[in-house]
Amino acid sequence: MSDAGAVAWKEWRELIGQRGLSGKQGIVLFAVTFGILLPLMNGRAWITSPMTALAWSWVPMFLVMTVIADAFAGERERHTLETLLASRLSDGAILFGKMGAAIGYAGILTVVCLILGLLTVNLAHRQSGLVLYAPSVILAMCVLGLLGAVFVAAMGVLISLRAATVRQAQQTLGAVIMVFLLVPVGLVTLLPTAWTHSMNLDAVGAARLAVLGLAAFAALDAGVVILAMAKFARTRLVAV
Amino acid sequence: MTPAVRTLDLSRQFRAVRALDQLTLEVPPGIIFGFLGPNGSGKTTTIRLLLGLLEPTSGNAEVLGYNTQTHAEAIRQQCGALLEHTGLYERLSAEDNLDLYARFWRLPPAARRARIKDLLTDLDLWDRRGEVVAGWSRGMKQKLAIARALLHRPTLVFLDEPTAGLDPIAAVALRDHLSRLSANDGVTVFLTTHNLAEAERLCALVGVVRSGRLLAVGPPGQLSAGHDALRIEITGSGLTAPMLAMLGGLRGVTSARPDGRYLTVNLQSAADAPSVIRALVSAGFQLESVRNSAGSLDDVFQSLMEAP
Repeated sequence: MSDAGAVAWKEWRELIGQRGLSGKQGIVLFAVTFGILLPLMNGRAWITSPMTALAWSWVPMFLVMTVIADAFAGERERHTLETLLASRLSDGAILFGKMGAAIGYAGILTVVCLILGLLTVNLAHRQSGLVLYAPSVILAMCVLGLLGAVFVAAMGVLISLRAATVRQAQQTLGAVIMVFLLVPVGLVTLLPTAWTHSMNLDAVGAARLAVLGLAAFAALDAGVVILAMAKFARTRLVAV
Repeated sequence: MTPAVRTLDLSRQFRAVRALDQLTLEVPPGIIFGFLGPNGSGKTTTIRLLLGLLEPTSGNAEVLGYNTQTHAEAIRQQCGALLEHTGLYERLSAEDNLDLYARFWRLPPAARRARIKDLLTDLDLWDRRGEVVAGWSRGMKQKLAIARALLHRPTLVFLDEPTAGLDPIAAVALRDHLSRLSANDGVTVFLTTHNLAEAERLCALVGVVRSGRLLAVGPPGQLSAGHDALRIEITGSGLTAPMLAMLGGLRGVTSARPDGRYLTVNLQSAADAPSVIRALVSAGFQLESVRNSAGSLDDVFQSLMEAP
């Protein structure tokens, strides 16, 4: 197992070991709600609706948000950070182990919920024939979900590095993500009407715009990850 | 032979506070070194600097021949550390805590299991290995943290107050363990402690630090011998309050403390002892015995702390 893998293993063990809704119980509750209850209530639309892809694309991002604030602020609060930093692990192993653990947790839980949802809908409505996610929906969910998760993980690490407490890190991260989500929407509404009318895109134009948007998102991710790597310095992390 | 630790004018400033002030020190390999000093004297800062967790404001340090600023990763590779806090993951079990660090140190699975069993058995924690650490006493956590520091058989171990929170039996067992580590395996132990008796028994070399400045360094016996002050323990009867007052006024007497049939008198130098005995006997004290209590490390420490 790589060093980053060992760090991720530790993060998962700690996450599962938490009491109450932050730990195992919360994970099970989430999977039951989004994998069984909501699919049962929504029926086939849970699988076939175009909104599914859009909604599930953001789920990993929010799942990462729930755990990443703890990455460094939590270790600092529980007085485990200094011992971890005194180990032989490299900066990269610690940083990517923590990010990987959060992204992996979000990814696995999302996939489990999607599979459970698929099974639930098909079992509950088996008389209507087999229903599956469209390949384009799966692709959109994977790409957008991954980009969103990486962005929040890197941003969360950046904030957690400096935050004195987990609570502070959570609040700051929440505010940053809110701005990240709302600013593009706000900018679009501010565009002159003439512009928005002229953007009456055909399918090819829409696809091009989507690819461009995803490329910009990926570039943003890369920038935030690089910034997190640059800001991670052991000698500035130890409390004095 | 390369010293385990070598510092030259090592200093660290935190805003207005000079936590460490031109520390020049050399610790030979394979010994137990005791770093003594009151709270806030710079002991923990020194360990952090030596592990490359802090950067010095000036000066430099080498650990196991590696510069702490340029080769900190190589240093951490070969060192174990018990820092100010135990650093245990309280949501995990004792065994998982060790297993985690064994993975960090890349111990193969079979070696990992064997080493964890050995250490937990040695420290009397094996039967409780499956318990979550959160509910443990401070002493048990301390023992587990020590096991973690020794897990990968480091060449040099930094232990910040290792016996704090341990019961006397566990403290003795740990001291024995550290002595064996140093004597049999050649491991260098760099420990900080407030327990001077412990340092005196355990350490081949001690350094005394105050307000970030190293005041004295040497083998405990040598420091004590070089200490000019003398303590005599007098046994007898008939000691009265006027006698004590008279003693306090004698030249060379720094303090006199009665305790039943015993009277402990601290003197500025050995030359003052005969006049004290003569004065006591003349005043009617029935003397039974006088014992020259050579200055202990405790005395050395006290006088260094009280010095201007």
